[in-house]
Amino acid sequence: MSWELFWLLVEASGLTILYSAISIAIGFLLASGICAAMLSAHRGAATAGRLFVSFFRGTPLLIQLLLVYYLLPKIGLNVSSEIAAILALSLCTAAYQAEILRGGFQSVPKGLIEAADMCGLSAFSTFRRIRLPVAVRLTLPALTSEAIMLLKSSSLISVVGVVELTTMAKDLASSTYQPLPIFAAAGLVYLIINLVVAGFGRLAERAAKRGHA
Amino acid sequence: MNLLAYLSGEDGRNILSGLLNTCLLWAVGSGLGTIFGFLIAVARRYGPRPLDYLLQAGVEVIRGTPFLVQIYLLYFGGPYLCLSLGEASACLTLDPLEAGILGLSVYGAAYYSELFRAGFDAIPRGHIEAATTVGLNRWQTLTRIILPEMTMLVLPSMVNMTILMLKETAVLSIISVKELKFQVDIIGNRDYAFVESFTILALVYWALVEVCGVLGRAAERRLSRYRFAHS
Repeated sequence: MSWELFWLLVEASGLTILYSAISIAIGFLLASGICAAMLSAHRGAATAGRLFVSFFRGTPLLIQLLLVYYLLPKIGLNVSSEIAAILALSLCTAAYQAEILRGGFQSVPKGLIEAADMCGLSAFSTFRRIRLPVAVRLTLPALTSEAIMLLKSSSLISVVGVVELTTMAKDLASSTYQPLPIFAAAGLVYLIINLVVAGFGRLAERAAKRGHA
Repeated sequence: MNLLAYLSGEDGRNILSGLLNTCLLWAVGSGLGTIFGFLIAVARRYGPRPLDYLLQAGVEVIRGTPFLVQIYLLYFGGPYLCLSLGEASACLTLDPLEAGILGLSVYGAAYYSELFRAGFDAIPRGHIEAATTVGLNRWQTLTRIILPEMTMLVLPSMVNMTILMLKETAVLSIISVKELKFQVDIIGNRDYAFVESFTILALVYWALVEVCGVLGRAAERRLSRYRFAHS
């Protein structure tokens, strides 16, 4: 396998990173809302949140992706396959991230919140200064794993014709008749990206721990 | 769309055979994955140091690359992977189902091995020391202390992983393994009913996952007598 082929894979991996990063960001925003709904005292909102999480964690991403891809045009939204793919990835990762965040907020020690109450912090200050930072610290490792999971799952969007790393590998494999080295190289590129993400995750954990016991 | 019409005749038979194949892949993949995962965890804990590093590298590669790419490598690259001894040569040419089972088992083994490894590490040293002190030998310590305690520790994550394995079987339809999604896809394409077919698929997988979760929680309750308090 030549360097030119490998370089094509590296270039395509930029799109994989782009789509994954957008989906993770949108997913985080959605997840914050879903997590708030799940933890709220409103029964209907809590049930709706749990149902969303259960559905998107209980069905294969491939099927969610194809469902979104075919459903959008049917309800009159003619969007590109890239947008459909990002939407499906975002909804899926939102469910996983919401569940992680819920676990984090529920693990914040009760004593901390009571102490904040005693000191006269308002509900908002307690959230901003106690609950949020502690929950973020507790959930960072799980959120990093979820980001890596999503990066790997994003290979599935090649099925709806979005150009990214796996699509490029498949095209190159069939045009050069060298599936073995090309898929191995594609795997290597994914592995490197994931190692870098894991490294950033550890840096973020260390930064979040700074100044805390 | 008359759903019941699809459950009779040729379509019904195809859907049923697809569902059976999905369950077969799920059971065999999870079963072999668990067995090999356990062996990897044991080899990494009790084997020589270089073996530990080698297995760790293998596990990291499997866990760091997409399942789809692994399947492509195995299914499309396999026939180019040949071993020749003198005159005779053998290549790794697999039909889709074989590639699916092998790929799923290897993928599962890497993840399950990490669960077992964490389980080994989570057993308090004191329990093992206590077992040694009262005169249990290594085999007795393994079967009476380590395994029961570890079962309880890893069960919740085992259930999660097994659910993940079911969801990964759907990916195998991409290399034309004739499982549930593949069969329903054919009908959906023929009748131009994409949204309907994927909605039904989603509901079927969702139901299977929920059943698996309920069974897992029931197993946890039954095995709770092995639970120990963390010091």
